[in-house]
Amino acid sequence: MTQKPASQFVYVTYIRTTPQQLWSALTSAEFIHQYWFGCNVESEWRVGASWKLCFADGRPADAGEIVELEPEKKLVIRWRNEWKAEFKEEGWSLCTMELEPVDTAVKLTVTHSMERDNSKFIEAVSGGWPRILSNLKTLLETGVTLMPVK
Amino acid sequence: MNDDELFRALADGNRRQLLDRLHARNGQTLGELCRGLKMTRQAVAKHLAILHKANLLSWKRDGREKLHFINPVPLNEIAERWIRKFEQRRLSALSALKKHFEGDGR
Repeated sequence: MTQKPASQFVYVTYIRTTPQQLWSALTSAEFIHQYWFGCNVESEWRVGASWKLCFADGRPADAGEIVELEPEKKLVIRWRNEWKAEFKEEGWSLCTMELEPVDTAVKLTVTHSMERDNSKFIEAVSGGWPRILSNLKTLLETGVTLMPVK
Repeated sequence: MNDDELFRALADGNRRQLLDRLHARNGQTLGELCRGLKMTRQAVAKHLAILHKANLLSWKRDGREKLHFINPVPLNEIAERWIRKFEQRRLSALSALKKHFEGDGR
């Protein structure tokens, strides 16, 4: 039996779009800027490439690398917090995004985990993800976001 | 996954209790969720299926175990529908005040 990660959450949203469009929303800097609270992402989007997320004012938020990438299906990022010492010292987390077409929508499952009990970082991101995912859903389905870029 | 289904799933104290338990500790098995409850295992499984259908719950296989996770994304969507961004801070302050005086009453 595998050892289960000690801190994790699994979020699911159904978005009326195509896997192709959702994939481009997850891997394009312009798109991400619109639904991720104005953050800017930098990555070459290939396995082994670095991945970096910065706040709108340029301060680094999170960093890591692409571990797995299967276009329109799966993206796995090795992810560490960069802006708060308390989170950063918890070390690496793993974020998996999976896309699966369901009828006229795409099911997006986001799993974020860390092999550590009661991770404060996982607790913190678990509060941010629902808003990001709602924003992403609204953006893809209507072309605008509910929570405007700060 | 429509709104009616979501509100129907929430309109049951037992199901809200299961969500509370997952909110307190995410990623539990059916056996862990049943512990200390007056419901039968079958009843709990049925409630979990209703929550899953409304997308309030997700699950993941981990070896032989099936772990259950609360999925707050649809709740965030209904909240954002009626709560404006500038109201959020004041509403959290109010809810913190209420919790302070009334305890974590449900």
